[in-house]
Amino acid sequence: MEGFLFWFAALVLLGSAVAVIVNRSPVASALSLVTMILALAGLFGLLGAYFLAAVQVWVYAGAVMVLFLFIIMLLDLKAEEGTPLRPLGVGAGLLILVLLGAGFWRAIPSSAWEANSARVAEANDATSIGHLLFGAYVLPFEAVGLLLLVAMVGVIVLSKKDV
Amino acid sequence: MGTPTLGHYLVLSGLLFAIGLAGVIVRRDLLIMYMCLEIMLNAANLSLVAFSRFSHQVRGQVLVFFVITVAAVEVAVGLALLVSLYRMKRTTKAEEITALKF
Repeated sequence: MEGFLFWFAALVLLGSAVAVIVNRSPVASALSLVTMILALAGLFGLLGAYFLAAVQVWVYAGAVMVLFLFIIMLLDLKAEEGTPLRPLGVGAGLLILVLLGAGFWRAIPSSAWEANSARVAEANDATSIGHLLFGAYVLPFEAVGLLLLVAMVGVIVLSKKDV
Repeated sequence: MGTPTLGHYLVLSGLLFAIGLAGVIVRRDLLIMYMCLEIMLNAANLSLVAFSRFSHQVRGQVLVFFVITVAAVEVAVGLALLVSLYRMKRTTKAEEITALKF
């Protein structure tokens, strides 16, 4: 069952990622990206990271994608018509795909990892992540909060009419 | 169809990263290029979560949490830049923005 779910999610993931690039209309690309993010959240759930699966849906599918769609509507972007994907770019992209794919295929870890995978990690829920976030990683956590504040101020400054 | 191993997840993450990288190269629209950047960040997240699961350490998931936050910041700032660029140039095509081109 886990195997079936993995292959299903992987197929949706790669298919929608390709659809982001191939689609000519920005809205269709954004919706493909939402599909990709949902498939990835499913994979996170399959890996036992339920908290991250939820965060993925909230932050990406919720906030980030709404921002993308909002900008698409605001700028009133039209589909690129008559400008085909440049053949050189497609060739380079396929080459990178093959090279990276082959590299990762060769880098499949040895049996030590596989033997380890029999045991299921138990305590990787929101509680233990929260303990880590507010315990060992409280300084990076505060730094990320500061980063969010700086970004918010920066976005407001950038959005003013006369910068 | 057996249980997926760490290798499965890593290959999947590598393919996803390659698709995102190819997208940045192939597409010329800045907005689509941003989406492809998101794909690459998500690919890295997938491998981090897989490592975290197969080594039984929650710390990898904390790192993914930070990556998601920084990605959200990046999208907000990037899209604000894009909007102010569009106000000036009336375009989001990368090849029509040549102010810094020598």
